[in-house]
Amino acid sequence: MLLDAFTLGLGYNATLVTLGSALLGGAAGVCGTFLFLRKRALVSDAISHATLPGVALAFLVMVALGGDGRNLIGLMAGSALSAVLGLWLVQKLTRHTRLAEDAAIGAILSVFFGFGIVLLTVIQTMEAGKQAGLESFLLGATAGMLKSEALTIAIGGAMSLLAVLLLRRPMTMVAFDPEYASATGMNVSRIDMLTMMLVMAVTVVGLKIVGLILIVALLIIPPVAARFWSDNSDTVALLSGAIGAVAGYTGAALSASAPSMPTGALIVLSAALLFTFSLILSPRRGLVAAALRQLKYRDQVHMRQGLLAIALQQPIYERLTLNMLGKQGLLRADGVPTDLGRARAAKALLDEERWRALRTLPQFEAAAARYDGLTDLEQILTPDQLTEIDAHLNRPHGVPA
Amino acid sequence: MNAVSLAATSGTHVTEDLSKYAMAVRGLTVSYGGKPVVFSVDMSIPTGSMTAIIGPNGAGKSTTLKAALGILKPLSGHVTIFGQPLDQARQRVSYVPQRASVDWDFPTRVIDVVLMGLYRQVGLLKRFSPALRAKALDCLTRVGMEEFATRQIGQLSGGQQQRVFLARALAQDADLYLLDEPFAGVDAATERAIIAVLKDLQARGKTVVAVHHDLATVPAYFDRVFIINTRAIAEGPLDTAFTDRALQEAYGGRLSTNHIEGLAQVS
Repeated sequence: MLLDAFTLGLGYNATLVTLGSALLGGAAGVCGTFLFLRKRALVSDAISHATLPGVALAFLVMVALGGDGRNLIGLMAGSALSAVLGLWLVQKLTRHTRLAEDAAIGAILSVFFGFGIVLLTVIQTMEAGKQAGLESFLLGATAGMLKSEALTIAIGGAMSLLAVLLLRRPMTMVAFDPEYASATGMNVSRIDMLTMMLVMAVTVVGLKIVGLILIVALLIIPPVAARFWSDNSDTVALLSGAIGAVAGYTGAALSASAPSMPTGALIVLSAALLFTFSLILSPRRGLVAAALRQLKYRDQVHMRQGLLAIALQQPIYERLTLNMLGKQGLLRADGVPTDLGRARAAKALLDEERWRALRTLPQFEAAAARYDGLTDLEQILTPDQLTEIDAHLNRPHGVPA
Repeated sequence: MNAVSLAATSGTHVTEDLSKYAMAVRGLTVSYGGKPVVFSVDMSIPTGSMTAIIGPNGAGKSTTLKAALGILKPLSGHVTIFGQPLDQARQRVSYVPQRASVDWDFPTRVIDVVLMGLYRQVGLLKRFSPALRAKALDCLTRVGMEEFATRQIGQLSGGQQQRVFLARALAQDADLYLLDEPFAGVDAATERAIIAVLKDLQARGKTVVAVHHDLATVPAYFDRVFIINTRAIAEGPLDTAFTDRALQEAYGGRLSTNHIEGLAQVS
C-alpha cells in the first residue's frame, strides 16, 4: 500500500493529488525563499491565519445563494480576500502606530483566526455545514479530494512558479539591498507587495492540502534547509523548490496510504526531516562541519602556541598542548624538545617575526590584512618578497630552515 | 523647462536655471515623527565637482542624500538631476549605500552583486551577455577586487565590501555618483583605492558627492564641501565654505579646528 502510494499506483485521483501536492510544495519552497531572504518569514503566518474567516464567510455566502458551499474556487476567493484584508491591516498598523511589525502580525493573526473559529463553530450547527468538512482547512486533508480540486491546486502552483521566474531579479535585489534598488528607480514597496501576493496565492492554493496552520512551515522550512547547501540565491530558490516538492510528494503519498492522518502534518514533517538532515550534515554550514572546523582550529592554535613557547623557552601549562607536541614527536616525555621540535619551533618563530616585520611595512598592507596568527607566510608571499621582509628582521646570523 | 519659478515676496516671479547643476536640491525637508531631520535645505552640485557632505552625527547627511534620491519620502522639496526630474535621470545617477545597511550573509557572490548594477540594461529575464559579464569584471578590476569575483560576499572584509559596492555603482556608467560614508570603517588600502577611483571619475568629467566624516582628509580628497546640521550651513569651494566659522556653527563648541590643514581663513 505504501509502495503503491509512492509509485503513484493508487489510482488516478490519488496520483493527481500527490503530483498536485508536489507542485504546491515546489511553489511554496520557491516563493518562500524570497520571503526568507527579505527577512519577513513571519508575514506568511499572518497571511495564512487571516484566510480562515474568508473561508467560512465564502461558505456561508455560497450556501445563502443556494449553491454548494464546498466549491473550492469560491472558498479560495473568500480566503484570498480576507488574507488581503489581514495583510493590509498589518501594514496600516505598522505604518501609523509605533507598533513593530511582529506585534502587528501577532495581533492580526490571532484576531482573524479567532473570528474564523467562531464562524466555523456556527457553521457546524447548520444543516448544510455538518458535512462541509471545513475543519479540514485547518490541518489539510487529501482524502476524498475531487479531481477538479487537485487540478486547481496544480494549476495554481504552476502559475506561482511562473510568476517567480518573472520577478526573481527585482525580488532578489530588493531582498539584498532595498536602498540601492530604490535608488535605481525600482518601486520597492510594489515589489514587496507582489512578493506578498505570491505568498498569498501559494497559501490559498495550499489551504486544502496543507491547511492554514501548517502552510507557513511549507513556505519557510524548505528555504531554510536549502540555505545550508548553497551560497547563491538562485540555487537556494531552486533547491528550496526541490525540497518543498519532495516534502509535498512524500506527505501526500503517506497520507494516501493512511487516510486518517492529516496531510499537512505529514508534509511538514517530511520537510522537517530534510531540514534536520541539512542542519546536521551540510558540508559548509552544517553543525558537524562547524564543530570539526572549530576542533581543527583549536588544534592549530595550540600547536602554534606550543611551538612558540619551545622557541622562546617558556613553560607550557596546557595539557592539550603538551599532548599534541608529544604525539607528534616534538617534545619528549620529560618536557625536553626533540631536534624536530626545535626545528619546527624555530620555523614558527621566524614566521611570527616575519609577520611582525610585514605589518610595519606599508607595501605589504594587503597581505597584512590576512593575518590570523596561524597562516604560514611562505604560503602567501613569493620567495623574493620573503627576502625583502627578512632584510627588516633583527637577526644577527643565518636562520634555521 | 529647466527653470523653476519661485514666488518672491514682491509678487514677481524669480526663475533659476538648474540645468547647470549635476544635482540641485531646493527646499528639502525630511521629518521623522514630527521632528525635522533635514529642514528646508538647498544644495547645488556643479557638474564635474567633488563634494563632501559633512556635519555632526544625526545632522541629516545621509538623510539628505536618500531623500534627494527618493529612497526616503521627503515632506517637501524639489530635486533635479542635470536639470531633469529624478525619474527621467535615474540612469545617470549611481548610489553607493552604507556598507552596514545590508546583510552580508546574503547568499550571493561578488560578481553577482556587481551585475545588479546592470539589471536595468538586461531586463527581467534575459541572461547576462559575455560582454556585460566582462564589464562587471572590469569594474571589479578598477577597485582591485577581480580576484574575489566568485567569492561568497560573506567572506569579505569591511573594506572589500565597500569596494564591491563601488564596483556595482561603476557598472551603471552613471554621470553622478552619490556615496554614503564610503570611508567608514575601511582599511587604509581601501581608502586609497576608493579615492583613486573617485578622482579618476572626476578627471573624466563625472560628478561625485560623498557623505564624509573625517574632517582632516576633506582638503586632500574633495574640492567642495556642503556643511549641514539639519539646516544647510555652508556650501561651496573649500576656500570659501570650509571655514572655521562654518564648522563651529555645525559642530558647536565640541570641535577644535586648528589641526585641520587647508582650513580656509575667512573671517
